[in-house]
Amino acid sequence: MIRLEGLTKAYGSFVAVDRIDLHVPRGELFGFLGPNGAGKTTTLRMIAGILRPSAGRIWLGGDDLIAAPMAAKRRLGFIPDRPFVYEKLTGAEFLRFVAGLYGQDGATIERRIDELLELFELSVWKDELVESYSHGMRQKLIISSALIHRPECIVVDEPMVGLDPKAARLLKEIFRHFVEHGGTILMSTHTLEIAEAMCDRIAIIQNGKIVASGTVDEMREQSAVGDASLEELFLKLTGGETARELAKVLGD
Amino acid sequence: MLSLILYPKWRTALTRLRQERGGGGGGKILIVAGVGLIFWTFVFGVLYRVLRYFRGVEDIGPFLAGKLLGVLLLSFLSILLLSNVITALSSFFLAKDLDLLVSAPVDWLDLYLAKLGETLLHSSWMVALMAVPILSAYGVIYDGGWLFPLHALVAVFPLLVLPAVVGSTITLILVNVFPARRTRDLLSVIAVGAAGGVVLLFRIIRPEQLARPEGFNNLLDFITVLRTPTSPFLPSEWATKSIMGGLVGPFDPFQLVLLWTTAAAFVVLGAAVHDRLYPKGFTKSQEGAERFVHGWIWRMVLDPVLRRVTVAKREFVIKDVKLFFRDTTQWSQLILLGVLVVIYLFNIRALPLFRGEQVPFVLVTVVSFLNLGLAGFVLASIAARFVFPAISLEGRQMWLLRSSPLDLKALLWSKYWTGTVPLLILALVITIFTNVILKASPFMMGVSIGTIILLTLAISAMALGFGALYPQFETENAAQIPTSFGGLVFMMTTVALLGVVIVIEAMPVYGYLRAAFRGLPIPVNATMVGAFAAVVAVCVTATVVPLRVGLKRMEEFEF
Repeated sequence: MIRLEGLTKAYGSFVAVDRIDLHVPRGELFGFLGPNGAGKTTTLRMIAGILRPSAGRIWLGGDDLIAAPMAAKRRLGFIPDRPFVYEKLTGAEFLRFVAGLYGQDGATIERRIDELLELFELSVWKDELVESYSHGMRQKLIISSALIHRPECIVVDEPMVGLDPKAARLLKEIFRHFVEHGGTILMSTHTLEIAEAMCDRIAIIQNGKIVASGTVDEMREQSAVGDASLEELFLKLTGGETARELAKVLGD
Repeated sequence: MLSLILYPKWRTALTRLRQERGGGGGGKILIVAGVGLIFWTFVFGVLYRVLRYFRGVEDIGPFLAGKLLGVLLLSFLSILLLSNVITALSSFFLAKDLDLLVSAPVDWLDLYLAKLGETLLHSSWMVALMAVPILSAYGVIYDGGWLFPLHALVAVFPLLVLPAVVGSTITLILVNVFPARRTRDLLSVIAVGAAGGVVLLFRIIRPEQLARPEGFNNLLDFITVLRTPTSPFLPSEWATKSIMGGLVGPFDPFQLVLLWTTAAAFVVLGAAVHDRLYPKGFTKSQEGAERFVHGWIWRMVLDPVLRRVTVAKREFVIKDVKLFFRDTTQWSQLILLGVLVVIYLFNIRALPLFRGEQVPFVLVTVVSFLNLGLAGFVLASIAARFVFPAISLEGRQMWLLRSSPLDLKALLWSKYWTGTVPLLILALVITIFTNVILKASPFMMGVSIGTIILLTLAISAMALGFGALYPQFETENAAQIPTSFGGLVFMMTTVALLGVVIVIEAMPVYGYLRAAFRGLPIPVNATMVGAFAAVVAVCVTATVVPLRVGLKRMEEFEF
């Protein structure tokens, strides 16, 4: 469903994403892990069509994002890490606007808006301007907007930030339900427990390159770390020494 | 501690300057400096002529010059007060660094002084720059000598401090009464309304009549009016007395002492009020403005109009219209726009064209024709305010627009027509009204309407195109976007376009005038057809090219 071929993004001489190859098939929840500044968000923003790749190709369900961006983007729902939305629209108006961007309107959309706002417990805020929403409420609204047009795949950057435990649990269930019904999710997260519990497969990116990928068991095997937790595995692959040193400094 | 609080500000300013210089911004600085210099020279030139004339008037010359300076400084003081009230709201209550500063062990007095300085700088730099050519003209005409710049600086500086202190204190009190967001809404309307009111008042009072003493009953009345200070309690009057005293004598140091001690006392009083009210006000400013709105009215109005366009375009237009009318900083500018148009029509009406027995046909035609250029300039200013920021304002939401299958052409289409339709209505109202007032001929009416339609289409496209070429994605306040470098380039290009159109059309209009003067029919010849065709070609190019360039630039945007 999501296929990356030699995906590269360079800013001058600095290469943020370095020839990444990745395939996420239909019906899979794929986790994208990596330390800060590793190139996760840049990769996801390229898949969402916000950043133009310096080289390489992106395929969404058989459509090339560069050659046929409209067809490719119609299949996609994107949830960014920072919930910037139009402050002077109400929650319902924002969802109606996003549906309009995907060419959808009418009674079906109105029904879906009510369903999604109900699901995320935003119904009472429906006619209130977004400027008075909290961070978590905005995040819920953006998640709703990514689902309003019934996408085939979702690209999501740090989905749990700002969500209360109940909403986080709800989101996990929604994502699980989505992939069980043939949807595809590519999710970046820092929360390793979430990645371990939710993802079918995982890739770890560092300095713009994928350093390991597969199921957690496969990665343990590749790295020869025995029964180590995903956290141990992550620290080993991304330079855990730094973290240990930091802990020592803080302890002194 | 005070210097530490200000450290990030001046470091940021320095870095930006260095980046501008390093990133090929030398040309940018040169253009801004060039335009600034032209503006300075213009202001200096006007003041120089006026003051030279005053100097030639025996006995009352210095009084007239002093009165003029008093009026100017009083206007500055009122503008500064309004601008400080609004700026203080941002710097004291809404700035991003406040969370850090308030949570850190920073002394309240340091915080007050740092934020007061910031408010003063942000709200006063433009007025301070404006004062330079004005005071220079006074210095040159009255031979102020080499000490005059220092004297002027010492006299004017307290005039910047006083409104900063008073303005920020008013804001502090208002925030304690209303939540900050509501206060900003309220203040924007008050400020724009007040500014418009002042301008209108000046037009009605006509201060320039002071320079025509024949309107008074006798000379004594006139001199009495001139010698009476506007108000002995106004700091602008003290500064005027000090400056004029230094220039034409007798110099009275008491005025300077009065200015500085008052400013110092106000800073102390302001600090005391800040100490008492700021913590409560800051807490209150964190409260959101709860507002329920119903957007069905716009939907009801716009849905039938936009029935034939695609869903994406329709939703985009409806969204833009709603955002505009819900953002007070945007729609409050409409008040100013209304005032601008009224003043414009008022001035046209006030032209001394119909005083004689015979209607001066040539004069009417020339004024009607040149009016096109003026109307174009008014439209360009409005486009700079409302159309130019359109792309910049999408910045934070660009993640949504770029990740959705929205064609950027559709986005540009929506933005273009949302801006152009109201602009076109306004353009036609201004042109038809002025031509009716001027009693212009049907030929001139036709030329004016045709040209203004073409110009409006081009000006709107240029505003959008330049807005995309020079986006300001980080600006939160839409009112600041037109004063950016891109806004300046847009205005300069528009003035050039207006110049070209006027020059080309001058040929057929001259031909028409000559024929009409001789009582001949309108000469439809190659010159006339060619000139009008050239104007159409220029305007169509000025419409299509900026839109294409803007679209190309938008495709390259990265976030």
